[in-house]
Amino acid sequence: MIKRLADNIVSPLGFTAQENYEAVRRMESGIGPGNDPAGTAISVAQLDPEKLEREFLRMCRPQREYTPVEKAMLLSASLAVDQAGINVSSPRTGFVLSTTKGNIHLLGMPDHGLGKDRIHLWHTAGLLSEYFGNPGDPLTISNACISGACAQIAALHMLEDGLYDQVVVTGVDMISDFIVAGFQSFKSLDAGRCRPFDARRMGLNLGEAAATIVYGKGNGKGISLINGSIRNDANHISGPSRTGEGLFRAITCVMQGIAPEEIAFINAHGTATPYNDQMEAVAFSRAGLEKTPVFSLKPHFGHTLGAAGVLESIIAMKALEEGIVLPSLGFEEPGIEGELNVSQRIGQTEKKYIIKTLSGFGGTNAALLFGKQI
Amino acid sequence: MKKITSYCRITDTTVILNGNNLQIPLSEGTGPGRLTGIYRFLQIAYPKFHKMDSLSKAGFLASEMVLRSLGYDTETPDGSTSLVFANSTASLENDKHFQETIKKDNYYPSPAVFVYTLPNIVTGEIAIRNKILGETSFFILESFDAEKMQIFVKWAFSHSDIQRVLCGWVEYLDNHCDVLVMMVEKENDNGLNFNIEYINKFYYIDQKWKH
Repeated sequence: MIKRLADNIVSPLGFTAQENYEAVRRMESGIGPGNDPAGTAISVAQLDPEKLEREFLRMCRPQREYTPVEKAMLLSASLAVDQAGINVSSPRTGFVLSTTKGNIHLLGMPDHGLGKDRIHLWHTAGLLSEYFGNPGDPLTISNACISGACAQIAALHMLEDGLYDQVVVTGVDMISDFIVAGFQSFKSLDAGRCRPFDARRMGLNLGEAAATIVYGKGNGKGISLINGSIRNDANHISGPSRTGEGLFRAITCVMQGIAPEEIAFINAHGTATPYNDQMEAVAFSRAGLEKTPVFSLKPHFGHTLGAAGVLESIIAMKALEEGIVLPSLGFEEPGIEGELNVSQRIGQTEKKYIIKTLSGFGGTNAALLFGKQI
Repeated sequence: MKKITSYCRITDTTVILNGNNLQIPLSEGTGPGRLTGIYRFLQIAYPKFHKMDSLSKAGFLASEMVLRSLGYDTETPDGSTSLVFANSTASLENDKHFQETIKKDNYYPSPAVFVYTLPNIVTGEIAIRNKILGETSFFILESFDAEKMQIFVKWAFSHSDIQRVLCGWVEYLDNHCDVLVMMVEKENDNGLNFNIEYINKFYYIDQKWKH
């Protein structure tokens, strides 16, 4: 069990975790019109580049030239560690970066002049610890769309093993032609705003964000990450499993000793692709959670890839802290076979536990169990 | 003490399984042809292999050799094995390939290429082939690091239902192949101690055959 010390979200909905949480509470969405590289209209949740630049220059002290991905990452991490008040340059502070594609846009800019290592994900993580003058080796995780959960699980191990006293977990991904073209080729993008679990869901929206959680040791008052699990479907590299095998196993693993009635809500992956949402419903039901309220945050932020696990965990933890069950924005008509309790309005809860789930390409699934101690 | 019960090292010119150089001829040259040559030499019948990118092919071939040497049952769903892999360049080899398909004057992105623009797909391929339902994780490190590999495997064993972890370093870039796959078992009297000394010994084992 590790304790949340501080957090931050840099997204189209705001530049602090609290701003983002309040925007979600107001049912706001950062998704707006955009285009794919072929000029087809799509919906995306994009950061305003000028606002990012302005906030970056206001809050950070640039030591060199940075790419937009790096700026979002450094801004988010800076704001979180300031809030945590930790000694970032201490060898007892660890850094974990979650990203699927990092600086992938540089592949389309052969003359970027930033050096040949700049494309590598370990280099992006290195800039994070360099910025904070941290002497340690940052850890980089690239495990598809569940990376943000894996990064938190790594932090759990790093702290429980005594390798560090506090760990800064940052997730980041930005939209690029590369990513949009890929998801478009899969025909998995909804031209309008995505509708997780709804009968009319047609696909996902991509989003860009950076998000950071600072974790520390201890289990006192506050919000904690209690357990995490990663399990594979062994079914298909891009298609969700019909039986939800890996997700079911991941959830069962984190729920050991906890009854379904004790879970306040599940913040699902809920990408709004037809098969993903159905797969999740099957897994929840198999785990005895068919009556537990479920919501997806994708209609607010889009699918933020490597940031998603961190960003969505932050919002879910804030809801748990307030004793709130959030509604699943845009959900109108049930579109899932079998029983599933999609949350439709803001509710109150006294329960102490929540589950966050993610699933991704490669058949990989993750479940995180968070708890509240008053 | 956890034990390494089988390991396989693949480089551009050598394939070593449990200390033995398999002397696989370079009849199809180095690069992607090399991986197909190994596939044919091993007489594997798995058509999905041909759809994989080179990174997945390289990791798949090493895992096939390790699991075959242990008589691993590939038919029964297995929730007690995890896959923990790492490399330095993620999926850059295939990323470059995909980038070629999204040029303004030559735009034809395909899902069959895009899906391999994630490094962890290799773990998915191995999981599917062997019905492995445990954890699948992928870490990025600047360079091979035996100490980190040992730590990642330790984390995977922290769940009591996991009995063995197939782990390794799977790198493929610019037609260079650099792979070490090891089976680490929680309870086995046979095998070699899973420690930094042996991990390094196996990673650098190909030096023995270098001219």
